[in-house]
Amino acid sequence: MAAENQTPPVLEARALGKTLGGNRVLDAVSLALPKGCVKVLIGPSGAGKSTLLQCLNFLIPPDSGSILLEGREVNARSRRELCSLRQQVGMIFQDFNLFDHLSAMENVRVALMKVKGMSKLDAGELALAELSRVGLLDKAALYPANLSGGQKQRVAIARALAMDPKVMLLDEPTSALDPELIGEVLAVIRDLAQNGMTMIIATHQISFSASLADEFLFMEKGRVIESGSPAELLRRDSGSRTLAFCAKISELSGEAGEAGLAAGLGESVRAGVSVGAAGLGAESPV
Amino acid sequence: MSTTYLEFLRAELVPGLMEGLWTSIAVIVPSAALGVLIGLFAGVLRVYGPRPVRQFTEAYVSLFRGTPLVVQVFFWYFALPYISIGGHSIVLDAIPASILAFGLCSGAYQSEYIRGGLLSIKRGQIRAALALGMTTRQAVQSVVLPQAFRRALPGCGNELIYLIKYSSLASIITVNELTGTATTIAKNTWRNIEVFCTLGVYYLVLVTLATWLLHLLEDSLSVPGFERHKS
Ligand SMILES: Nc1ncnc2c1ncn2[C@@H]1O[C@H](COP(=O)(O)OP(=O)(O)O)[C@@H](O)[C@H]1O
Ligand SMILES: [Mg+2]
Repeated sequence: MAAENQTPPVLEARALGKTLGGNRVLDAVSLALPKGCVKVLIGPSGAGKSTLLQCLNFLIPPDSGSILLEGREVNARSRRELCSLRQQVGMIFQDFNLFDHLSAMENVRVALMKVKGMSKLDAGELALAELSRVGLLDKAALYPANLSGGQKQRVAIARALAMDPKVMLLDEPTSALDPELIGEVLAVIRDLAQNGMTMIIATHQISFSASLADEFLFMEKGRVIESGSPAELLRRDSGSRTLAFCAKISELSGEAGEAGLAAGLGESVRAGVSVGAAGLGAESPV
Repeated sequence: MSTTYLEFLRAELVPGLMEGLWTSIAVIVPSAALGVLIGLFAGVLRVYGPRPVRQFTEAYVSLFRGTPLVVQVFFWYFALPYISIGGHSIVLDAIPASILAFGLCSGAYQSEYIRGGLLSIKRGQIRAALALGMTTRQAVQSVVLPQAFRRALPGCGNELIYLIKYSSLASIITVNELTGTATTIAKNTWRNIEVFCTLGVYYLVLVTLATWLLHLLEDSLSVPGFERHKS
């Protein structure tokens, strides 16, 4: 059977459950990230997006369910397996979480030395290469205190990429940024996607993600209640919850609103929004 | 009787105090090292330790901050020898007893600063370190401690300055450090004003020197976001 010969997803979650403080934060959530795909998690605040992403690399241990990396179930009780999983799964946080006492270069270098056991010299060289990949070579010596939000997030991306992850989890990577800084981070993410990185992104940047995503996952109250291609879910007459939600937040964030969204994402979503730069421009509300 | 102050200083006071000074340093340096070490362990355990360990370290800190240092010094020197476990009891000489007393007391205070420093590091940075594949220990070592240390340094430095001053308490259990020596000289010469004012100058110099070294250390560790607040 062809299905049996298919390569397994890079990362797969099966029936993840998590209860926090009596709250059913994740309710049997399953998802699979095949190689090279980009999935986008949307949903109201409190839906469980961050919890889901952090369960994927056991930063939050799920109560039930399992995680499979390239088809192999991860044994969360083995510290070695956990560290190895986390090395292969890059994570980007809303508030960057750079190490404040280290320069941009050292932020990227430290895990290469500690986790991968690279020499200071090799790690430093690789760190600079990763920083130049996100356009920050000239900021390598600066400390987080002297970087803008957009630059901090790009350093965080370089730091994650340096570990050579097989998949990236991005939790609202632009939500803490001033509007004028969002574009530079989205450009880096777009670049990653175009280079075939497997990703799952929680974001409210609807038209940007519509132009990028293979699949939208709409989450509410700990469950994925809708999923499908952005074209499908955002079609004007789809009547989907996703469309209603996206229309609402697009309006709030000053995107063109439902009409614009529908126009942009209507019959031919790809053609409409995949205009990278234009999409980006429209993305940043003034 | 009256030789001048300068002659007294040169002939008696300085040679006497010089010996006391070395003894003081022999008490202060190991006490400080012990205090920092204990403070580091206790501080880390108070924040990250499992519950019983946390409670134990909290109790240690309460005990040593909550009782007078003189009582602690007396305990280690005069009371410890009477505690026998399985027929063995420990008798400490005056200097080791002082070092133990000062180190334990200082450690309790140091742990407060270390704890504060640790708590000032946002949890997100630890999560980021773990997400990169670091073990908790690696995260604490290379992310948390270097920052916590910088944040704790001013407080810890102050504690070291205090230690220099309260090392004078060793004189009450017969250690002939600066204060002990000065007391002896004063008794023998009756030149109390000159002796104790000079003694004060010695401590002042020690403290100034220590302050200067601490500032050098702070400046050498200073990175943007962790600068020393210059007065
Ligand atoms: N430690 C916790 N204790 C109790 N409830 C929590 C805790 N952490 C998160 N939650 C709850 O879990 C839900 C999902 O949170 P989160 O995953 O952050 O949502 P999202 O990222 O989609 O905004 C929220 O309702 C939140 O209040
Ligand atoms: Mg969230």
